[in-house]
Amino acid sequence: MAGQTLIPAGDFRTSYAADTTVFPTTTSRNAMIAGIVLICFAPHVVNEYILSLLIQIGIFGIAALGLNIVVGFTGQISIGHAAFFGFGAFTSAYLSNRFGIPVFFCIPLAGVVTAAVGLVFGLPAARLKGLYLAIATLAAQYILLDFFARAEWFTGGSVPASAEPFSIFGYMLRGDKQYFYVVLAYVVVCYLLVTNLIRSRDGRALVAVRDHYLSAEIMGINLTKYRTLSFGLAAFFAGVGGALYAHYNQVVSNEGFGIDRSIIFLAMIIIGGLGSIMGTLMGTAFMVLLPESMEWLSVALRDSPIDQFLGLKNNIAFLREMAIGLIIIIFLVFEPDGLAHRWRQIKAYWKLYPFSH
Amino acid sequence: MNTQLLIQLLVNGLVVGTLYGVVAMSFVLIYKATQVVNFAQGELLLVGAWVCWWLLTKYQVPFYLGMPITLVFMFLFGIAIQIVILRPMIGEPIISVIMVTIALSTVFSALMKWMFGVNLQPFPRIFETQNVNILGLQVQTVYLMSLAVSVAMMVGMAWFFRLSKYGLAMRATAFNQQVAQSLGISVKSVFAMAWAISATVSAVAGVVVAVVNGVSAGLSAYGVKVFPAAILGGLDSVGGAVLGGIIIGLLENVAHFLDSEYLHWGNLYEIAPFYALIIILMIKPYGLFGTKDIERV
Repeated sequence: MAGQTLIPAGDFRTSYAADTTVFPTTTSRNAMIAGIVLICFAPHVVNEYILSLLIQIGIFGIAALGLNIVVGFTGQISIGHAAFFGFGAFTSAYLSNRFGIPVFFCIPLAGVVTAAVGLVFGLPAARLKGLYLAIATLAAQYILLDFFARAEWFTGGSVPASAEPFSIFGYMLRGDKQYFYVVLAYVVVCYLLVTNLIRSRDGRALVAVRDHYLSAEIMGINLTKYRTLSFGLAAFFAGVGGALYAHYNQVVSNEGFGIDRSIIFLAMIIIGGLGSIMGTLMGTAFMVLLPESMEWLSVALRDSPIDQFLGLKNNIAFLREMAIGLIIIIFLVFEPDGLAHRWRQIKAYWKLYPFSH
Repeated sequence: MNTQLLIQLLVNGLVVGTLYGVVAMSFVLIYKATQVVNFAQGELLLVGAWVCWWLLTKYQVPFYLGMPITLVFMFLFGIAIQIVILRPMIGEPIISVIMVTIALSTVFSALMKWMFGVNLQPFPRIFETQNVNILGLQVQTVYLMSLAVSVAMMVGMAWFFRLSKYGLAMRATAFNQQVAQSLGISVKSVFAMAWAISATVSAVAGVVVAVVNGVSAGLSAYGVKVFPAAILGGLDSVGGAVLGGIIIGLLENVAHFLDSEYLHWGNLYEIAPFYALIIILMIKPYGLFGTKDIERV
């Protein structure tokens, strides 16, 4: 993680507290704060389209962060993450429509309810590991999707459920510009929470379970507890992300929570870097921008010979799917540590610039 | 109680179940030989079916010629996948290997949709007579063919592993790679061969399904049904996979029967195998015939 890289000469750590600090140097902390402040101006600078992309990156970034806890930090495999994402979306819409709970409280509540569901589906994780667990979560994906289609009281069945716009203390937030700040706040809070979780005793226990579960058990870590807990945490962030997604679109339909979305979540964390918190955000940005950039490319190539040969306009959806699959394969074969690793190398190169070898 | 419907569904279940069994068998073959869980098994079916359909309709190749060409193609295709994509992944953590096969399945299913479209394409007619009367029951000829082909493939597989020299080499590799290597077996070629055989067998199953139902992207659903079947039988048991496939096929149809006659929940046919899967994983994760994984520290 961030701690082991590039601490300036003469900057010694003399306590464990100093060693596990979030930002290794003052500069990195200031840069982060400056970055967050700068992005606060984004809604006034960029156009609607880029703003919607930024909001998507934020929302999916939170959900992907949850997946990274279970896959990257705990080493369990989950192929059903999109179902939890969908569950959070439906729960938040249901809570606000049925019980009239303000949306402000619905979003964390949806996270909590989804976490409870995640714990239930995490129970097999107490007994299973590796590929058996992967298959169990695959089954969870299909079962939850079936539940969405079946439970009309909860999801509206074939009619999409509507979700209230976000409001805070009676003040209704309208439009992307205002919603952007909600998402930004959630992103900052969630990423801080997880960064701190990983620094804590529980976070180290999760990493220990990943690295060598037998040793971890011998050291007194309760495997069942931590494996289930990681699923609950993952579902919590998926639920929060899903709830944000619901109130962003203001309708929740059954579409878009299938296995292909789960694969995209997995792609995000693999491309970003398993077990890297900032990498999750990078991977999410990559996966959100990839389909869009293919759209741009197809517009740029319109009516060119390549376009006529490939039929880009009609087949862009399939090409996107293929690109997602190919990108996952390419990253796994050539850069298994993800973008976070690449970013660190770039930083190291510039820090040592003239004498980088 | 609607006995006629029940019997019809049971026959259906048996036919579909044997097909599941065949696909699960080829899935287990890859797992046993190379320790790779293949999430792209359904896409191997799909590729095989589309290739055969393409040869038969676009080039008007007769079936008795088109089928062998398809099988040869799939054999080479399996080898190519193993060499190009799976070989660099040897020794990587299990999540990476799983993700590679998931990504492969995305690529192939999208590629097939791109090349052949998303619509269901009927397969050219192969048999003259549509139905055969067996013991007062109308059975479609294609179903009989499907059953016969499945059983033939299972017997062929059994013969290959029990009696042929290469099958023995593959069993030895599955048992212990290092020992196999020291006995002069090329583990590399065994790995490639496992994928080749698996792809070929899947393609046969794909063509059979295509003859019965036509070809469409939905064919890859067979790849997902493989998991309940293989887990029920035990992930590393070829015989168990066959039995698991038949049980899952029957279970689906019995669930469908209960659903349509009594419960009226809808869609139980699709989802019952997954509930079964969760239950099996909870109470007997190593399946009926799987070897229990004992860890020694």
